[in-house]
Amino acid sequence: MTRRARLTMFGVGAAGLGVVLIYGLAGLPAFGDYEGVYGHVINGIGVSARHATDLVTALNFDFRAFDTLGEEFILFGSVLGVVLILRQLRGEQERPSLDEADQHAFAGASEALRVLALVLVPALLVLGVYIVVHGQITPGGGFQGGVILASGPLVLFLSGRYMRMRRLGPHTLVETGDAVGAAGFALIGLSGLIFAGAFFKNFLPFGIPGHLLSAGQIPLASVAVGLEVTGAFLVAWSEFLDQAILIRSRPPEAEQ
Amino acid sequence: MSFLPFAIAAWLFLIGLYGIVSSQNLIRVILSLTVVQSATYVILLGVGYSRGGQAPIFADIPQVSKAVDPVVQVLVLTDVVIGATVTAMLLALAVQAHKRFGSLDPQELRALRD
Repeated sequence: MTRRARLTMFGVGAAGLGVVLIYGLAGLPAFGDYEGVYGHVINGIGVSARHATDLVTALNFDFRAFDTLGEEFILFGSVLGVVLILRQLRGEQERPSLDEADQHAFAGASEALRVLALVLVPALLVLGVYIVVHGQITPGGGFQGGVILASGPLVLFLSGRYMRMRRLGPHTLVETGDAVGAAGFALIGLSGLIFAGAFFKNFLPFGIPGHLLSAGQIPLASVAVGLEVTGAFLVAWSEFLDQAILIRSRPPEAEQ
Repeated sequence: MSFLPFAIAAWLFLIGLYGIVSSQNLIRVILSLTVVQSATYVILLGVGYSRGGQAPIFADIPQVSKAVDPVVQVLVLTDVVIGATVTAMLLALAVQAHKRFGSLDPQELRALRD
């Protein structure tokens, strides 16, 4: 099909879809008028029932923890998919010498950028840990903090040293973190089954709202998910960076 | 004015679809898909907003304050995670497609066309 025909066809279809979409959206309650029952219930009882002041995190890691388990394994499974798709294929090789590969630096990284990276890495790691462990009190939690934590090693790459990034987050370590985090979250659910009688039912003391160690299982679940997200993103990023920097097709004479 | 957030969502959805159909580069197709997906964020957050409501974080506001719906915000969080994972998978496929066909133009992916 030519590009022109395709665009014409899309134009007709999109016009129809647009009309239906606008018609359907017009049937929704007006912006600001919707009175969601579940949201009201959670806003009403959330703090007293779970002793968490950030109700989004409370929903994520307690009320809807079972859904989050599925979400977490989607992340795990898709990272596994990325690793599988970007595996070293026949006829490809990873550059064997670390020294040689070290020369494949991100071009244009100045000394100032490197110094800034040195400052940024610890700051990002601290901010990430802070966001992970304070999820039950203020906006944050495992998913958000995990992405910030994963961006720490990424800054090392941006400063021009991919091999340093691999050294700060070696494959084995980040893969283990990914797996341990995913398993840990599932184990928290199982602990609820064993100690409290229902999957993901809270089995830890609630504490005082607003304190760091409060809201029962939520901080624990947040740390597990934070670990998994950090690992998952670093695994995925380093797979892509391996493709760009390390993996080369084998020269023809080297085959067989 | 009260329809504006939903109109923006519909616009994002359609403009993203246009990007998918018209792009001649797989990376752009994938980016357009994330634009389509961001329409769902806008719809969900628009649905959950209640007039005069505050963020559902009761750390520094009284427990009885009116707040927006936290349930849709959690759904958006899930949505963002799914969006990131789908993008990662598609980008990985694009890398391998480029290796095999030497091009990122969807028209050039012969094995899929023949």
